[in-house]
Amino acid sequence: MKPFKHALLAAAGLAGLTLATPALSQTTLRAVMHSDLKILDPIWTTAYIVRNHGYMIYDTLFAQDEKGEIKLQMLEKYDVSADKKVYTFTLRDGLMWHDGQPVTAEDCVASIKRWASRDALGQKMNSFVESMTAKDAKTFTINLKEPTGLVLLGLGKPSSNVPFMMPKRVAETDPNKQIEDFTGSGPFVFKKDEWKPGDKTVYVKFDKYKPRSEPASGLSGGKVAKVDRVEWRAISDQQQAVNALTKGEIDFIEQPSHDLLGGLKKDANVQIIESPQLKGQYTFRPNHLQKPFDNPKVRQALWYAFNQEDFLMANIGDAAYIKECKAMFVCDTPFATTKGMDGLLTSNVKKAQELLKEAGYDGTPIVLMHSTDLKILTNLAPVAKSLMEKAGFKVDMQSMDWQTLVARRTKKDPANAGGWHAFLTAWVAADVMNPVSRAYLNSACEKSLFGWPCDAQMEKLRDDFAREPDPAKQKAIAEAVQVRAIELTPEIPLGEYLQPVAMRKSVKGFLIAPVPVFWNMEVAK
Amino acid sequence: MTLFGYILRRLIGTIPVMLVVAVFIFLMLRLTPSDPAAIIAGDNANAEQVAKIRQQLGLDQPMLTQFFIWFGKVLTGDFGESFFFKKTVAALIAERIEPTLSLSLFTIVLAVLIAVPLGVLAAHRQGTWVDRLVMGFAVLGFSVPAFVIGYIFIYVFAIWLNWLPVQGYQRISEGLGGWALRLVLPALTLSVIYVALIARMTRTSVLEVLSEDYVRTARAKGQVERKVMFRHALRNAAVPIVTVIGLGVALLIGGVVVTESLYTIPGLGRLTVDAVLARDYPTIQAVILLFSFVYVMINLAVDLIYTLLDPRIRY
Repeated sequence: MKPFKHALLAAAGLAGLTLATPALSQTTLRAVMHSDLKILDPIWTTAYIVRNHGYMIYDTLFAQDEKGEIKLQMLEKYDVSADKKVYTFTLRDGLMWHDGQPVTAEDCVASIKRWASRDALGQKMNSFVESMTAKDAKTFTINLKEPTGLVLLGLGKPSSNVPFMMPKRVAETDPNKQIEDFTGSGPFVFKKDEWKPGDKTVYVKFDKYKPRSEPASGLSGGKVAKVDRVEWRAISDQQQAVNALTKGEIDFIEQPSHDLLGGLKKDANVQIIESPQLKGQYTFRPNHLQKPFDNPKVRQALWYAFNQEDFLMANIGDAAYIKECKAMFVCDTPFATTKGMDGLLTSNVKKAQELLKEAGYDGTPIVLMHSTDLKILTNLAPVAKSLMEKAGFKVDMQSMDWQTLVARRTKKDPANAGGWHAFLTAWVAADVMNPVSRAYLNSACEKSLFGWPCDAQMEKLRDDFAREPDPAKQKAIAEAVQVRAIELTPEIPLGEYLQPVAMRKSVKGFLIAPVPVFWNMEVAK
Repeated sequence: MTLFGYILRRLIGTIPVMLVVAVFIFLMLRLTPSDPAAIIAGDNANAEQVAKIRQQLGLDQPMLTQFFIWFGKVLTGDFGESFFFKKTVAALIAERIEPTLSLSLFTIVLAVLIAVPLGVLAAHRQGTWVDRLVMGFAVLGFSVPAFVIGYIFIYVFAIWLNWLPVQGYQRISEGLGGWALRLVLPALTLSVIYVALIARMTRTSVLEVLSEDYVRTARAKGQVERKVMFRHALRNAAVPIVTVIGLGVALLIGGVVVTESLYTIPGLGRLTVDAVLARDYPTIQAVILLFSFVYVMINLAVDLIYTLLDPRIRY
């Protein structure tokens, strides 16, 4: 064994000379993200990894702080006219694109227009907009047809699609085509020449970025890049990512699997950080077009059949990271409410059976799509099957990988001919914190997402919410939306789970935010 | 028939094979219930956005039209652009070929260097504990999946002993030492099954020739046992061993898919997995065509090596 060991150590010594970081004086943060970066346009796709990429290289007009409040980011100030129909925005001094050109109001107007043509919340906001105009290099206005609370909610939206600012020449790209110029004004510059999908994505510090003077808080405040270089390493195997973290080959894992956290906690060189904002919410989505889920009473039986604890424990398995929460708009957030939820989600089998009997359920098998390859979702469908069968449903659970499910859920064919009745998934909390951004509440029939709920009352409530600029009144409307959602059942929230991040103890400055960001983070040399 | 004529005939014979592969892989992908446009669009995308992406990718056209457009381009050497990576498939493959070639060569060299002496030793010591140990290892090597072996090696050599890195690949241009060091564990992992396969075949072939008259004659002439084994026995047993090695090289194509994914090596195997998961049709089609071509070429190479090892073989 000794000669072998000596040979290896000799090779290790030789390799040590060449395995070093690109420059000895540089600090590099090596991170494993939840997915590999393949697409680079955060307005063209809603994929979360592309959103995270967006936060690296682009900046936003507004941003959410640690408490979830919307703060100025690229803006010096904004004013609202007395009739609440004209918003005037003024950019901060010294903002600069990565190519050295100044950020102008025209750039921002073009960026908002492109975002508003793609994003669901942006489209809603846009329906209130009469015009958007650049007044001078630093000032632009949004003129509304009627007052709405959606301007700040939209421009401060933290998750996909985020209204990132791009240079006018880039933002004028057809919204249905991907951008090919990745010039941003954020704290990091994308190194396209070093981007190797399936291997690594590289960002370097933008030396000319002018951070705000306030300390960093959530996604807002001073975005100070404290490392010279960030590398996203594409390690798809969770166990291997954990091994690499333990050995110090990487510094950070965005979404370590919950079942591997126990081992990581025992490592003296690793820290686990739980952010109350980095959480997800499970949800059950029925297909309103297919019998028997076209019958509201059958759908309501599900509220009694299910309980959140079973779903959470089967998937997360650790009580420390789960929270039973019946608030549709996520617990501990501005629009959280439990109104209408009394007696629901308690696995009241008797009540569920009564409802099915009243509805005249004829035993039609429910085609339940079961995603098998994403660990965070794998055990949801088997739990749903078990609880539904106890309530009297007949369930045909069909297993498939997530990408097959994604393709199949767009089909309106009968469930026994390639269509479907239901599936389960998870939302990032930041995406579902109000009635407009919560996409599954969209009940505009053909125009709604797969599942196609159709309800004029729900749409009116969502419009009322969009029109209402007063947060207190918005809260009341959000309560009414939740009550209507229980009657309509476009989806059923199945509890929340925390998604901790894991990193070496040499890494400091991780920010509590709904999206993992890399400014303010530093690595001890 | 001359050797040149034989090679030409075999090369022409690859054309229908590749054509069948092209049709088969195209149909397999299109008939699989999946939609790259829905994947690209992301979870929050609506039906209209997905439809627009489908249109941009040309996936809204009839399947036959899609096939002829793709196949026409392939005939001109254009494998198209990846749906996801915004790069040509040819560029993607060129980027990924070095890690895969490195891993494959490293593995085969390692496997041959370990397996052939082991097989000869087992044959020489037939029926002893050495023979049983080698054959026991061979059975184990066949039976345990590569990812299980990989995890065991990682735990022992990278985590427990801390001798080797857990994952990753370093290009040769960035330093030979780092390149070799990062390949040791993946190559060891991948070589286990080939060591088992080649050692077993070597033992059987050598045992067969050991009972031949010329071996008895060599021994009678007083040749030392080492020379008998390596000069007379092994050389005459080489044809089936080379066949197995050739088969092993072809089988490596499957092996690199698992091993590259486990060790985060950005090679063709990893590209295949990523492309399949993302339903990146142009990339999957090109990689499968490439793998098929390599498979056919390896078979041809093995047939040609026969003539070198055994002058009696003529085509």
